[in-house]
Amino acid sequence: MSDDAPVETIESVSGTGIPVRGNDIDTDQIIPARFMKVVTFDGLGEFAFFDQRFTGEDEPKDHPFNEERFQEANVLVVNANFGCGSSREHAPQALQRWGIDAIVGESFAEIFAGNCLALGIPTVTASTEEIGALQAYVEENPDAEIEIDVERELVTYGSGDEEKAVNADVASAQHKALVEGVWDTTALMKANETAVRETANSLPYMESDD
Amino acid sequence: MSEGTLYDKVWDRHAVTELPTGQTQLFVGLHLIHEVTSPQAFGMLKERDLEVAYPERTHATVDHIVPTADQSRPYGDDSAEEMMRELEENVREAGIEFDSPDTGDQGIVHVIGPEQGITQPGMTIVCGDSHTSTHGAFGALAFGIGTSQIRDVLATGTVAMEKQKVRKIQVTGELGPGVTAKDIVLTIIRRLGTEGGVGYVYEYAGEAIESLGMEGRMSICNMSIEGGARAGYVNPDETTYEWLAETDAFEDDPERFDRLKPYWELVRSDEDAEYDDVVTIDGSEIEPTVTWGTTPGQGIGISEPIPKPEELPADKQDTARRAQEHMRVSPGETMAGYGIDVAFLGSCTNARLPDLRAAAEIVRGREVDPDVRGLVVPGSQRVQQAAEEEGLADVFREAGFEWRNAGCSMCLGMNEDQLEGDQASASSSNRNFVGRQGSKDGRTVLMSPEMVAAAAITGEVTDVRELEEVVSA
Repeated sequence: MSDDAPVETIESVSGTGIPVRGNDIDTDQIIPARFMKVVTFDGLGEFAFFDQRFTGEDEPKDHPFNEERFQEANVLVVNANFGCGSSREHAPQALQRWGIDAIVGESFAEIFAGNCLALGIPTVTASTEEIGALQAYVEENPDAEIEIDVERELVTYGSGDEEKAVNADVASAQHKALVEGVWDTTALMKANETAVRETANSLPYMESDD
Repeated sequence: MSEGTLYDKVWDRHAVTELPTGQTQLFVGLHLIHEVTSPQAFGMLKERDLEVAYPERTHATVDHIVPTADQSRPYGDDSAEEMMRELEENVREAGIEFDSPDTGDQGIVHVIGPEQGITQPGMTIVCGDSHTSTHGAFGALAFGIGTSQIRDVLATGTVAMEKQKVRKIQVTGELGPGVTAKDIVLTIIRRLGTEGGVGYVYEYAGEAIESLGMEGRMSICNMSIEGGARAGYVNPDETTYEWLAETDAFEDDPERFDRLKPYWELVRSDEDAEYDDVVTIDGSEIEPTVTWGTTPGQGIGISEPIPKPEELPADKQDTARRAQEHMRVSPGETMAGYGIDVAFLGSCTNARLPDLRAAAEIVRGREVDPDVRGLVVPGSQRVQQAAEEEGLADVFREAGFEWRNAGCSMCLGMNEDQLEGDQASASSSNRNFVGRQGSKDGRTVLMSPEMVAAAAITGEVTDVRELEEVVSA
């Protein structure tokens, strides 16, 4: 057995931002189901928010992901309950492959946030007001750098007198996982094989099934 | 912190160790897999030269992409065929039991687990599908996971999880006529919101829940995730045990049933269990409920007016405006009379035998509106066969419904069953998200199977309790 799971710490992410506004943006919007008829995640990036970005005739619609000025962005700024709905990891996979390295929002659906963590994408939360201000800032300053400091739970943007440092929340397990580089759990859990077997054997329903 | 709940007990018994992240490594008693979210996980396993640790605790089916009309191979859709072949190869290599369509046991993953008795109380159950919460109806701790977690479960038989809080939702009283489990859960989501359950596991209790059969309990647990709760459960009781005794797992092995029953009893929440939150809902006040918007939380009783966005909480107003525009509904009106083009009776929420029986009762002797396309998609091949033997299929066919093969179908439109253009659908499924049923302009109204049947007959959203008058008027 090889044990070469990547160990990488993600203490901070910096880059330019892209706002996608609206509460309850579900994973069917992030990646419509018809693009999931694939056996790998390769190539999903171009389908991120596809139905929000294109009409039925494939004409581009107004959407931040279509805007030239946001094409280099890697920090997505969203509102409440982002990623609700299905468990499809295709959603964060599509965002990551489009270029997103971190997401800042008011709140995230649980399975979505877990999927992001598995890919090393921090999902950082801040208040409605702070998110609104950050979205407005990004809108005005698409080329300005934003820093998501996962370790110190801070989002900083703006420069000089205008510099803002927003207190953000990173869920404790996510914090530990990213900062200490233990977000890839396979090898970690594989190492406990004996303990797993003991737990399994203690369960009444694990008696032989035949 | 909760204490003495089923959640606490099942969690403690499956906890292997605490991980450096502070998460718990949890043993997985049953891992269900399907063709959409598993192939990438098997790919990751191969990349790392790892094998499936507990193939005997893993069970596969095909449901999302399977065609529900012509199922001859190769499938007409090349990408569906490719996914099917990938699954077949993966399960063969790993030695995982697979209910392919030629077994007669195939169906939606959340229908087949319970019907075969592989879903049992006190188990941890995971699947790369958010509606895994369905299995909580049996008193299991069941939740959806992403593909990287599927890789973890395949490789280790365990999953890394943080412990959650427990909210008890007590639904008291007796349901009125025409009111079903679906109406209960739509009401719960409406009250508590689509993100009200984030960080919580829901325990459903109270006489309105306990008096439901297993199928109704499954409909409720199924939609826990639509309220933000990754898992929901009902404590196991005699109704649960009666179901289990008749399944493949126990019908020929009553001794095994007797050996396991004390464990099932043991994991029930204690009388004096402590909860992080308790919510009480009066079941007798619930009426047939439908959605007016594009999230499952945007529901109303059939006689209630659609809300004015400006009267909703500030954070719901924008979503409501966009939803009303998409659905083309106006505040102040009720949903009764909303014209539909498609009636979809199916999905892991409501495509079990009692769902089909109840809908068939409404349909019997009537005809689907000539402008409506009606589809019945049984949840599994066993449901399909039983419904055919009972004559339900004939009732639906004679009324003008298409009687199709088992699968997820138009719940999410990954096969050929999709809305077209801006069609409106009366749907017994679980999500009314924009684009969910295969067309980005499609409009979905969620409701119970009985209400879907009524809408199919009249061509518009209809209070099933008034169907007699409506049809004869």
